Amino acid sequence: MTGITSYGAYIPWYRMNRKIIFDQLGWFNPASAGVARGEKAIASHDEDSITMAVSSAIDCLTDMPRNSVDGLFLASTSLPFAERQNSAIVTEALDLRSGVRTADFSGSLKSGTTALLSAFDAACNGASIMVCASDSRVGKPGSSQEHTFGDGAAALLAGTEGVIAEFKGSFSVSRDFIDYRRISEERFSHGWEERWIRDEGYLKIIPEAALGLAQKYNLKIADFAKIIIACPVAAALRGLVKAFGAQPEQIQDNLVSNVGDTGAAMPLLMLSAALENANPGDKILMVSYGNGSDALFFEVTDEIQKVQKRRKGVTGHLAERNDLTTYGKYLVFKNLIPVEAGIRGEEISPTAMSVLWREGRGISALVGSRCTECGTPQYPRQRVCVNPECGAIDQMEDYRFSDKTGTLTSYTGDNLAFSWDPPQVYGLVDFPEGGRIFIDLTDCELETLTVGMPVSMSFRRKYQDPQRGFYGYYWKATPVR
Amino acid sequence: MAKGIKNEVAIIGMGCTKFGELWDKSAADLIVEAFQEAIEDAGIEKKDIDAAWFATCFDEVNVGKSALALPKALKLPFLPVTRVENFCASGTESFRGACYAVASGSCDIALAFGAEKLKDTGYGGLPDFGNLLGSENRTIFPNMTAPGGFAMMATTYFAKYGLSPEEGKRALAHISAKSHHNGTLNPKAHLRVEVPIEKIMKAPIVAWPLGLFDCCGVSDGAACAIVCRADMAKNFRPDPIYVKSLQIAVTSGEEMAHQSWDCAHVETTCRGGIKAYEEAGITNPREEISMMEVHDCFSITELVTYEDLQISPRGKAAEDIEAGFFDLDGKVPCQTDGGLKCFGHPIGASGLRMIYEVYKQLQGKADKRQIKNPRYGLTHNLGGFPSMSVVSIGIFGNEL
Repeated sequence: MTGITSYGAYIPWYRMNRKIIFDQLGWFNPASAGVARGEKAIASHDEDSITMAVSSAIDCLTDMPRNSVDGLFLASTSLPFAERQNSAIVTEALDLRSGVRTADFSGSLKSGTTALLSAFDAACNGASIMVCASDSRVGKPGSSQEHTFGDGAAALLAGTEGVIAEFKGSFSVSRDFIDYRRISEERFSHGWEERWIRDEGYLKIIPEAALGLAQKYNLKIADFAKIIIACPVAAALRGLVKAFGAQPEQIQDNLVSNVGDTGAAMPLLMLSAALENANPGDKILMVSYGNGSDALFFEVTDEIQKVQKRRKGVTGHLAERNDLTTYGKYLVFKNLIPVEAGIRGEEISPTAMSVLWREGRGISALVGSRCTECGTPQYPRQRVCVNPECGAIDQMEDYRFSDKTGTLTSYTGDNLAFSWDPPQVYGLVDFPEGGRIFIDLTDCELETLTVGMPVSMSFRRKYQDPQRGFYGYYWKATPVR
Repeated sequence: MAKGIKNEVAIIGMGCTKFGELWDKSAADLIVEAFQEAIEDAGIEKKDIDAAWFATCFDEVNVGKSALALPKALKLPFLPVTRVENFCASGTESFRGACYAVASGSCDIALAFGAEKLKDTGYGGLPDFGNLLGSENRTIFPNMTAPGGFAMMATTYFAKYGLSPEEGKRALAHISAKSHHNGTLNPKAHLRVEVPIEKIMKAPIVAWPLGLFDCCGVSDGAACAIVCRADMAKNFRPDPIYVKSLQIAVTSGEEMAHQSWDCAHVETTCRGGIKAYEEAGITNPREEISMMEVHDCFSITELVTYEDLQISPRGKAAEDIEAGFFDLDGKVPCQTDGGLKCFGHPIGASGLRMIYEVYKQLQGKADKRQIKNPRYGLTHNLGGFPSMSVVSIGIFGNEL
C-alpha cells in the first residue's frame, strides 16, 4: 500500500486583519473591498518558504525517526534561491541522513500536488519521501493579491509503511493558461482579467481534472467524505461546488479567511487539515490548480488514529497567533519599503561559504557534540570537553539540539543592535539534559519573557546579504506555547 | 604560585588626554598629547626608553594594524614596539607587557601606551562586531551588541537574587549617579554632569533592563605609563607608585557552553582577583583596598565586580551600593575619576586611564577627588562579554 504516512503544517505566528490593508490602500483600489475580509498569516521578517517548510516538516516528523526518510521534495513559487537547491537546505536543517534524493518543484501553484505525485511514484519503489509545500508570496501594494495572499506550509510524508491515507489514483491536466505570470527577474506577478480566469480557468480546468479522475476510477462526488479544492476565489469555488453537485459539509475549508491563499502550499495544507479530523474509510478528493490541475484520490486507513492529535497541525497553529497591527510593520517585514537601517543594518560582513560547509550540521541542524566520557552535551561542537571536571579530548559524538526543548536562563531586548523587528531579543538557553546555547529569540514579545521559561528551536533566516546574493539560515529560540 | 612581580616595577610617569568626542584630534594627536605629559612627569627623555607596548582595539579604521602608529607619531628611535589587543582589556595588556619586560631585566625603562579614536567609526556605541568575534559571529552568535551582552547579566542577576526590575534598576542607578558626580570633579572626563537617580531610572532603554545612563561614554582618548625597575624609581621622582600585582584571566569557554556559569557574575574577574590578591599579599580586600577603578562599561558590570572582587558578599552588592560604600566618601571609593561611565571609554586607553587615576590618588594628586590616605588602589579592566571575557587586574601601592 502506498500513501501518506504522516502530515504536518506550519502557519506563521503573525496574522493581520485585512481591514488594516484596506484602511491604508482601499482608497487606491476600492474594488479590493470584496476581498478585504478576515485575516491573513504573515511570515515574519526572518521567515521564508524554506524556513516554513522546515517547520512544517518538523511537525510532520513528530515521534518519527528522521533516518527513515529517503528524500525531500520542496514545492513553492517563492523559493529564495534560484541557484542553490532550496530542498537541500530544508533537508540539512532536518538533519536527514546523507544519501537522500532532493528536488525543488516550482513555477506553478500546482507544484505542491505534482511533488506529491512524484513522491508517490518513488514510494511505489519503496522510498519514503517528505513533501513540503511552502509559499510566501507578496502581493503588490494596492492589489487584490495583497489581501488574499497568505503564508504557510504543509508537509506530507509519502511511503508504504504505516499508511494513514492510501493513495488510490490521480488524474492530471496541463494547460499553458496564462492567468498569472511572472518572469524570473520580477517580484510581483501580472494577471489577466479576473472574470476570464474564473470562467475559463477555475471553472473549466478544475472540473476537467476532478471529473476526469471520477470517470477514470468510476467514482461519484457523493463518494467523498471531503473534497479539497485549491481555489482561493470565493465566486469560483461556489460555482465549482454547484457544478460538482457537492454538499457544503463535503467541502474542505480553503483557509483563505484566516490564513490566506497559500499558493503551492494550499492543497497540501488543506489535506493536512482534513486528515486531522478524518475517519478510517473516508475517501478524500484533492484538486489543485495552476497551469492545469492535479486531482488525487485517497482513502483513510485505521492507522490515522495513531497520528491524529499528536501534531500541532493546522488547528494547533491557528490557535497560536499574534496580531500584526500596523501596515508599516507588514511593509518592513516584506521588504516593501526602504527603511533607515542605519550603519549597523548596512554593515554586513561577508559569509565564508567554506565555514558554512565545514561547520555544516552544526549550523544547519544545530548539531553539537556530547562527550562520551562525562555525557555533557555542548554547542558548538568541541574537541576538548567543556566540562571543567572532564576535559577529555576527541571523545565526542554528534548531539542534535534542534529537536530539544530548553529553558531561558537569560535574555535581553537590544535596541542598539539592528533588527527588522526591534528590539533584537536574544538570550542564553540551557537544556535539561545539559548543554547551553547563546541564541537569538523570535516570535516573542520581550514583556512576556521570564527567566526559566521553556523554549523550542525554530529554523530561521539569521541575516540577509542581498549585495552578495545570500541568505544566512540558523536556529532561533521561541517560547513554547 | 610563581613569585610574581610584586615590588619589582614602579610607575614613574603617566599621561592621559582629556577623553571625549574629540572630532578635531587624530589618534596621532592624542598619542603625542598623552606622551608629552608622561615624559615630563617622569623627567626622562625619549632616548631613555628601552621598549614600548601599544594597545588599540577597534581603532584600525584610524591607525591600522601593527605597532606602527605609536613610533610614527612619537618618532621613537627605532625602538622595539609591540602592538597588543585583547578587546577592552587591551590597555592593561600593554602595561603588563612593559612591566614584565622591566621585571625580567630585559628593559630598565619601558613605555605602555593605549590609544583609541572611536569617533571616526561612524557609530554611536561601539562599531558593529562584524567578524571581530570570528566567523561564529556571523554564523551562530546572536545579533548582539555590547549593551545587550551585559544586559543579560542584569536580567539573570535580578532573577537570581529576587530583585524586581524596579529594585534592580535603582541599585544600578545609584552606581551611575555616583560616577556622574565624580566625573563633575574631573576636568579630563568626557561627561561632566550630575544625573539624578530618578532620571537614570527613566532613561530610554538601550538593552533591557539597561537604559542610556547604565552605559558608559564612547570616547576618543589616549593614556600611557612609563615604568622602570623599582630599585631605580626614586632616581626619577620621590613618589613613584609600585606595582603590587598584575594578573589576567581569560575565559576557558565554559561560560558560553557549560551550565556551571550562572550568568550573574563574571568568572574571569573572580579568577583574576584571587590571583591578584595572592600576588599582592592582600587577604581581606574589603578592608585593605583603599580605592578601585573597575570596568564599569555598564552599571551591572560594576555591580557584579564588587562581588567578584570579594569587596561585597555574593548577592549583597546592592546593599553596599545603597549604603554609599563605593561613593567618593565611602569605605572603598570606586570610579573616583568618573570611571568608564563618565571619564569615557576609548577602548585601548581605558586600562591605562584607570591606572592613571590610581597613580594620582596614591600620590595624593587627585585634586577635588582626592581620597584620604590611600594605600592600595586596584584596577579592573574587562574585555569581551560576561560570557566570554578577558580580565586584567592590577594592584598598586605607594610604598615598597
